[in-house]
Amino acid sequence: MKRRLFLKSAMAGSAVATAVGAGLLTPTMTFANSADFKTKSDAASAALAGAGAGSFKFKAPKIAENGAVVPMTVDASKMEGVTNVSFYVKNNGTPLAASFELSGAQGYVSTRVKMGKTSPVIAMVTAGGATTQVTKEVKVTIGGCGG
Amino acid sequence: MGKIKLKPKARKGVIGVKCLVKHPMETGLRKKKGKLVPANHIVHMVLKHNGNVVVDADIGSSVSKNPYFKFNVPGAKGDTIELAYKDSKGKSGSATAKSK
Repeated sequence: MKRRLFLKSAMAGSAVATAVGAGLLTPTMTFANSADFKTKSDAASAALAGAGAGSFKFKAPKIAENGAVVPMTVDASKMEGVTNVSFYVKNNGTPLAASFELSGAQGYVSTRVKMGKTSPVIAMVTAGGATTQVTKEVKVTIGGCGG
Repeated sequence: MGKIKLKPKARKGVIGVKCLVKHPMETGLRKKKGKLVPANHIVHMVLKHNGNVVVDADIGSSVSKNPYFKFNVPGAKGDTIELAYKDSKGKSGSATAKSK
């Protein structure tokens, strides 16, 4: 009985250790981006929580064969007063990929993003002070053989 | 250092601006022969239409290599479109094109 208890506690301990290891990994992952951008990414995460469902078009592939180049498009041309369009890849080290401040241009941005692995991709559009989002799941197959 | 392709094309009062910036976009996480490749990516980009800023973009390292962007700007044929960027090494580049 004692041995079992010991094993159990040992296993629980190792689980905690791996969790800490994973936690320690994040700062190095985000180190590549400047602290300034990190703050923006955090702000975007915060904004995401309060964002409602958007009514704009968001185009992204269901399956990306090459994670290094994933094309995506936000089309919010029909919305009035679009001030910001952001691309947010949830499972990337720094989730915010790019943020476009629009002043005068239509709410349309198309770009290509790198993705480490399969992740939900969120497009955020701020129009008239209100932020809305649309989420799409993008599957990344690094082998490039589909499925 | 970077070469920029800028193709604005006007149609029905809207200029579709396609831009392709030649840039390595290193994240600083990739390894080559066991050594980390230093980060080198575009951090800031500005698109101007007849001298007025229309797009002000903050770009992270997770934008793909040789980034491609497309924007729609209201305008007409003959308008001037200017694109300028700055990367994490402090280098900058710009290009100007007249809308077709």
